[in-house]
Amino acid sequence: MEKVLMKGNEAIAEAAIQAGCRYFFGYPITPQNEIPAYMAKKLPKIGGTFLQAESEVSAINMVYGAAGAGARVMTSSSSPGISLKQEGISYIAGAELPCVIVNIVRGGPGLGGIQPAQSDYFQAVKGGGHGDYHLIVYAPSTLQEMVSLTMGAFDVADLYRNPVMILGDGMLGQMMEPVEFIKPPARELPKKEWATTGCDGTRETNIINSLYIDPAELEKKVEELYKKYELIKEQEVSYEEYNCENADIIVTAYGTTSRIVKSVIEMAKEEGINVGLIRPITLWPFPYEPISKYADKDHVKVFLSVEMSKGQMIEDVKLGVNGKKDVYFYGRTGGMVPTPDDILAEIRNIMKGVQ
Amino acid sequence: MTVVFEKPKALSEVPFHYCPGCTHGIIHRLVAEAIDDLNIQDKAIGVAPVGCSVFAYNYFACDMHEAAHGRAPAVATGIKRVLPDNIVFTYQGDGDLASIGAAEIVHAAARNENITVIFVNNAIYGMTGGQMAPTTLIGQVTTTSPYGRDPKLAGYPIKISEMLATLDGAYYVERVSVHDVKHIKQAKKAIKKAFENQVNNKGFSLIEVLSTCPTNWGMSPSESLDWVKDNMIPVYPLGVKKEGK
Ligand SMILES: Cc1ncc(C[n+]2csc(CCOP(=O)(O)OP(=O)(O)O)c2C)c(N)n1
Ligand code: SF4
Repeated sequence: MEKVLMKGNEAIAEAAIQAGCRYFFGYPITPQNEIPAYMAKKLPKIGGTFLQAESEVSAINMVYGAAGAGARVMTSSSSPGISLKQEGISYIAGAELPCVIVNIVRGGPGLGGIQPAQSDYFQAVKGGGHGDYHLIVYAPSTLQEMVSLTMGAFDVADLYRNPVMILGDGMLGQMMEPVEFIKPPARELPKKEWATTGCDGTRETNIINSLYIDPAELEKKVEELYKKYELIKEQEVSYEEYNCENADIIVTAYGTTSRIVKSVIEMAKEEGINVGLIRPITLWPFPYEPISKYADKDHVKVFLSVEMSKGQMIEDVKLGVNGKKDVYFYGRTGGMVPTPDDILAEIRNIMKGVQ
Repeated sequence: MTVVFEKPKALSEVPFHYCPGCTHGIIHRLVAEAIDDLNIQDKAIGVAPVGCSVFAYNYFACDMHEAAHGRAPAVATGIKRVLPDNIVFTYQGDGDLASIGAAEIVHAAARNENITVIFVNNAIYGMTGGQMAPTTLIGQVTTTSPYGRDPKLAGYPIKISEMLATLDGAYYVERVSVHDVKHIKQAKKAIKKAFENQVNNKGFSLIEVLSTCPTNWGMSPSESLDWVKDNMIPVYPLGVKKEGK
């Protein structure tokens, strides 16, 4: 297959189409506007539907309806818009419907800015909407990975009947890289027998709902959801381990920051510091296991979480380390992207302290 | 023995939970009769609201999708865009449609979304215990307008049907009432037409039905019916507000 040079946002849109997504409901917000624009151009030509909703609230509820009707459907937005979508996301998770939601994160809180950030980590992996639920959250670090994760996300959503989020940032959305559209191996998927497609009398009527007035029933429903989440934790954790075998310090970073850390690893080698990287690809379920494994190793002195936020993922890193080693933090926020020199200086400082 | 009156097929074998004298039950029946008359039960997909009619998904014998408060028109849009040959309807109260969901209904109408909306206006929030609605009348006492709705403080009632009728997108908008037999018959005709329009791909149809809430109005069922006639209809005049060609 041929490589094409594409912008991140367009690569996501094309990947979704190639994965069979035929319905897209969205609302403009920078820095993800190329996704709806691409969908608006392509979907009508292949029998699909692009609709610009009147708000993010409507867009996600259109997704809710389309997902209930059995379609492969996607929406995309950026931080303030994703906040508005949380109501619908909670309902979709509660009703156990599959869909894909893209968040190309910008700095916050509030209207914030339009430059890349990772400050929606808590919102993405710790809930965001109301109630006990989880999204499956992917954090690509290259455009190629954006393509493969987006393509796979539709199958994963269908398999578990769960909303899946692609968590990128403004940098990944706006940059250009050559990509190849290679489909990940297809999963065996159950038929959507639960969809509201009209009942011709050959089955019971279908009801899509998340209301359980009886507390005992609601508790049972949530327990069932959590059984599903346990299965997802067993089956779907994904991460990359890089240069960890003899590392003195393990850095944890995802998405854009993990790319910068990779350059830092080469620079640090020249100074005789061995830096390893654990890069979560799924932010939920989180890869606690490799972190815990290296926390037990004598050669690893400390951990450092590098983020474009004020320290959100570090809480999960600490859960993985479980007090066995110190965990340091370096982060920029507001749309500032850390430079390799910034991170290297931090590593030098930390290593001075532990030697 | 000849059967002269029976339950519509499009209603499930489940008892309604509505209060005695509440006209939600009548309106459910009219919707079900319209579905039966047009023989569209197999194709019908209903969207239930948040409000007293939240359990509509248990009452209509067709595929049903529960929506968040006010979002039914957006959910219906999603369903209809995927399944254009199905018949998609929403059933919404005035708090649901005219307050939190005001944007959703305006834009579904502006898009001439080919759906059928049943809008039940009882001038109050029933389910949450009788708070003021956007449709509450001037001077009407509710738990959150305990001295009567004062327009200086709480604004004026929203006439949804008149408002939507100004939109080029809306195809058919009519206001009806169910306070007596004559008006129930007229309401039946309007609701049936609203579904027929969808079958014939005419586009967005909304029927506003003036309804009672004896419980939260603090009246007997028969006083409530009179209150609709004497107080609501003068503010919310009945009739076709818009009908496309
Ligand atoms: C987001 C959200 N806000 C508030 C509520 C609480 N709530 C439930 S029903 C309702 C009012 C419904 O009133 P209306 O639509 O007029 O229907 P009725 O009960 O009168 O038939 C409200 C405010 C909710 N469920 N969700
Ligand atoms: S509270 Fe009012 S609207 Fe609700 S069921 Fe009772 S009478 Fe009807």
